[in-house]
Amino acid sequence: MIDVDKLLASAKPIGQEEIRRQIVLPWPEAFRIAIRNVTLRLGRAAITATGVILGIAFLVSVWTANIIQDAMREDRALPALQEQAAAADLDGQVAAMEGELEQPDAQQAETKARQVWLVVMSLLVCGVGITNSMLMSVTERFREIGTMKCLGALDEFIVRLFLIETAVLGFLGALAGAIIGHLVMLVIYMIKVGPSITAKMDWGQMLKYIGLALIVGCIISLLAAVPPAVRAARMPPAAALSTEV
Amino acid sequence: MARFECPKCKEAFETDGLVTVCPKCGADMRDAMKKLAQIQAESARPTLGKDESMTTHEFIVRTKNLKKIYKMGDVEVPALRGVDLDIKRGEYLSIMGPLGPGKSTLFNMVGGLDKPTEGTCFIEEVDMAQLDAFELAWLRCRKIGYIFQTFNLIPVMTALENVTLPMIFAGMGSDEMLERGAFLLDVVGLGDRLHHKPYELSGGQQQRVAVARALANAPAIILADEPTGNLDLHTGKEIIELLKRLNAESETTIISATHDLKMIDVSDRIVHIRDGQVERVDDRADLDLQIGGMGDEEE
Repeated sequence: MIDVDKLLASAKPIGQEEIRRQIVLPWPEAFRIAIRNVTLRLGRAAITATGVILGIAFLVSVWTANIIQDAMREDRALPALQEQAAAADLDGQVAAMEGELEQPDAQQAETKARQVWLVVMSLLVCGVGITNSMLMSVTERFREIGTMKCLGALDEFIVRLFLIETAVLGFLGALAGAIIGHLVMLVIYMIKVGPSITAKMDWGQMLKYIGLALIVGCIISLLAAVPPAVRAARMPPAAALSTEV
Repeated sequence: MARFECPKCKEAFETDGLVTVCPKCGADMRDAMKKLAQIQAESARPTLGKDESMTTHEFIVRTKNLKKIYKMGDVEVPALRGVDLDIKRGEYLSIMGPLGPGKSTLFNMVGGLDKPTEGTCFIEEVDMAQLDAFELAWLRCRKIGYIFQTFNLIPVMTALENVTLPMIFAGMGSDEMLERGAFLLDVVGLGDRLHHKPYELSGGQQQRVAVARALANAPAIILADEPTGNLDLHTGKEIIELLKRLNAESETTIISATHDLKMIDVSDRIVHIRDGQVERVDDRADLDLQIGGMGDEEE
């Protein structure tokens, strides 16, 4: 039962010396709340993350393919170059070989441009997907947001929570996507060309690409989180009282 | 980690353990340590007392000719047409009225959730319209506690975390926060359910967590929007009793918007709102006869 007598132990106020007159949301607490929101809403989080996973997977798969193809090209070109240079006049022959290598480059430039176009479009789609998903999340949680504002949360706290949530999803999605995209492309080429190609790939560049993909994933999700965060910030505290969206 | 200063040389330092001699000047610290231990023991006790630092105004909320007009497309809907209301500190006030914009609008104004189109609303003699976002947030965090019909607990947090959320915003330290949270939940009778999430609690229990949450920062006003609306008779009565005792013994002003006739019984005054204006204000004392008359309810 309710023990109301305990209510009034003494007339002393709460530790005045401890609570300074301010409103705060410490970053550790914000992270704790945001991560809790992700882990306990796994279904919605998975949908948001899927967009990132796919977009980044595509990006990394394209980069992986490029690196593998570069490795293959060098693999083929090098012995041919060496043979011919050894057999005849060095300068002239090397110049001719270089000329040959450049021609495919002209076609390659067009292919590359198309690739860039495709990747950019897919990343845009992924970003829009995140925005859509998070917007729905904000709309669903109108009462929660209103209540937090009634409890004294500043608008920027709500923004902070949503940005952290989206950034965490973006990072984890990018990580998963990078690994998936890389492995898929690697396996495909290993089947096509043989496992030896892994030894000739430029792994340093590959790692740089993966790191870059993670950064791109985070940036996209942070940008995509802006419209939902703005919406959440504009939610009035009275939303806690309403019975409909 | 305690920090204090040597009475002799005023050297300030932090320490976990017992220090009997000042590291700088060598002065005897034992008396200072004893005093500090006493102070810490006293302030460590969680209490529900109100903030004594505020100056006491007789009227904690005053409204002057409050008007609110909602614009729905081209149509203007006047929700409040000039409401003058003075709410005394320590009073238990019920706002009643037919379902419509008037009652909830007045409730929003008085609770600092909305700004009027015309007229002024003073909370502790501070004009609400003059406050910026930061000050409003401060007000909602420290001065006003909210209780909702739909409980509105954060579903991903445990009961304890829900109760300590306002304390986080108020900047309370982690240990003190958890101690006070556990204390408040114990007070409302949920001491054994600190780590249950809202979906593991019944409606009445959720509302009790909400009451504990409203008390988190020892507010001067508790705003209750249909607190018993989603509760059955028995649980509703428990909540009402809790609120009444709180009001009676700690001078927390309670303002509730309600249909529940049981809540009329415990109110000091009842304000009837109709058509955006105060239709009448009843004093509980005046209603004694009437309620006795309709008391055919068997409970």
